[in-house]
Amino acid sequence: MKMKRIIGSAFVIARRDFTATVMSKAFLLFLLGPLFPVLMGAAFGGIGAKIEQESRAPVVIVVGSEEDLSRLVHARDRLASAVRGQRVIGLVHAKPGADPKAQREALLKQESTPVLGVLEGGIERPLLTGAVTAEGSTVHQLRWMIDDARRTALMPDVPGRPLLVRVTEKSAGTVATGRALTARAGQALLFFLTLLLAGMVLSQLIEEKSNKVIEILAAAVPVDAIFLGKLFAMLAMSLVGIALWTAAGAGAIALWAEHGLGSLPTPAVGWPVFLTLAPVYFAMSYLLIGAVFLGIGAQASTVREVQTLSMPVTMAQLALFAFASLGVGNPNGSEAIAAAVFPLSSPFAMLGRAAEQAAIWPHVLALLWQALWVAIILHIAAGLFRRSVLKSGKTFRWPWQRARAS
Amino acid sequence: MNAGNPAILARDLVKMFGDTRAVDGVSLAVPEGSIYGVLGPNGAGKTTCLRMLLGIIDPSSGERMLLGRTSPLDAAHEVGYLPEERGLYPAMSCVEAIAFMGALRGLPLREGRKRGAELLEAHGLGDWVKKPIRTLSKGMAQTVQLLGTIVHRPRLIVLDEPFSGLDAINQGKLEALIRRQAAEGVTVVFSTHVIAHAERLCERIAIIAAGRVAFEGAVDEARGRLRPIVHLRTRSADGPWRAAIPDDAREAGGEWVFELPSGGPEPLLKALIDGGAGIETLSIERPGLHDAFVAIAGEAAAREMGGSEPVVEAA
Repeated sequence: MKMKRIIGSAFVIARRDFTATVMSKAFLLFLLGPLFPVLMGAAFGGIGAKIEQESRAPVVIVVGSEEDLSRLVHARDRLASAVRGQRVIGLVHAKPGADPKAQREALLKQESTPVLGVLEGGIERPLLTGAVTAEGSTVHQLRWMIDDARRTALMPDVPGRPLLVRVTEKSAGTVATGRALTARAGQALLFFLTLLLAGMVLSQLIEEKSNKVIEILAAAVPVDAIFLGKLFAMLAMSLVGIALWTAAGAGAIALWAEHGLGSLPTPAVGWPVFLTLAPVYFAMSYLLIGAVFLGIGAQASTVREVQTLSMPVTMAQLALFAFASLGVGNPNGSEAIAAAVFPLSSPFAMLGRAAEQAAIWPHVLALLWQALWVAIILHIAAGLFRRSVLKSGKTFRWPWQRARAS
Repeated sequence: MNAGNPAILARDLVKMFGDTRAVDGVSLAVPEGSIYGVLGPNGAGKTTCLRMLLGIIDPSSGERMLLGRTSPLDAAHEVGYLPEERGLYPAMSCVEAIAFMGALRGLPLREGRKRGAELLEAHGLGDWVKKPIRTLSKGMAQTVQLLGTIVHRPRLIVLDEPFSGLDAINQGKLEALIRRQAAEGVTVVFSTHVIAHAERLCERIAIIAAGRVAFEGAVDEARGRLRPIVHLRTRSADGPWRAAIPDDAREAGGEWVFELPSGGPEPLLKALIDGGAGIETLSIERPGLHDAFVAIAGEAAAREMGGSEPVVEAA
């Protein structure tokens, strides 16, 4: 009976909040919100690409014979093809001058090319002078090139057959790696959405406090129902946004990715189950974190206080995400289990698990566990609100306050 | 009025805020169907009492019963409450605000809208049904909130300082509304620090001072605690009749004012006539509720009340 009343009252409050939010002009801005980072990303991505294009690889000037240079350049090309995508230093030749010291200093000072150092002494007695660190990337690369150039000098043609490659569709290693990638992508998306949307719950009771409606609500319905209603209203509003963004984004994903979602490795539970679990875990994540935020925000009496609280709660969310991502790649490890059991990180961890493990029953168990914690957190938050904001019930005292009072 | 079934029953309610005892053992019984006033100066604990009775806050100790239920929220569907600090969502339309308040108390939204429109029409706000609250004047917004308090047709209405902020015309309208509700059998409880309203409306009152109930009972009973006041003008300035006047009688502008002696009017009249007073005028007035309040709650409380609101003469 009590539960029925709480749910009924929560529905009344949720309906009011949902309608008030969705029918406001601000909701249009909310819907357009994700466009801004996309536009910013496109703009900055373009600028970055241009900078990348315009920037030149750092250069080491080789002062020595043409022969040594040729071997070193050959070695450099082999290295570049082995570490494709990573920046490899460039090599430029300079004929030895009459005064090596003066030549070295002149080369190091020249501004037309980004000179990192000057290599003298050929591959027999190499000496590098420049602004480099002893164990830095430049020195390591150069060391490898000199070793390779020396080997080529000693044995230009190595007998034996070249490496033959036989390609299979997948192996255990690639499946695990691929699923871990799906797990990380799922967790990241879940985190991003929760981070964007759950923070709004912080300020949910400010309106009622500032316009004094809270007194009317508290006199008519249990405080638990107020909290539940507000939380579900914001969840519903978020789901409306997500549904619209998903619909709008599906086309973009299809355009960007060659096979859309198909370009991501298939999760262990399969795409249909994974795509069913994802919104459910989003809802649970939203409800869990939102319940905590609602409880914290309910203690604030001004918008300024809520704004002050925003940064620490965002940091706390980052910590939860980091905790949950520890278990990716080892779903049965202690970190993954701990993250799945800890209520606030559980939705993230379990979505990662869905990508890596095929069993369904842990998800049923986890959802029940998470729902239980939503109820517990809401009840505690409502109790704290009653006690500290409405000043209801017995006054809480810390032990030292009790001692002082007695 | 059914005196056998209290709509509200409170026993030894105590509310502590930190080390402050805001309410200190309040006990009262509000008969069903009555208009009941909770009087007291600002800060006496009236609002805290009402909030405890309605279940908005829990008492530190003591018992309460609302319409026969020990958990006040269990009776929420049968109760209407107008808090001291008025609150409405500014963007909501008038009819939606009323329907929402009804829905909180279990009234279906559609029915709430229908009744809301009717109530607005009946209270002269027919043109404002669809207009947002933010466009209303303070008095109109207060009326809308009051209508939201009664839209679900509660058995008990609790109004915390309902007259504050209203002009004389709206105060009169509110008094009429309270009377209409009571005539329909609804119990109306309101707190006020303007005694005139209580005197005009209430059958029973509780006077709260410093968190305690200084008096609880019928308005007549409160007034009956004081003896009637005699106003006397005589043609004779002095004579044996002076012996009939109490020692603490006050004389100003040729008029004597004193409490009616315990023997009543007849012995006084006889002594005045026999003593040759030559009675010019003599009136015996029943004390007003304000006088009773002064006597019960104390001078300090009365001064506080008199300072913030006009004290209306006793009828």
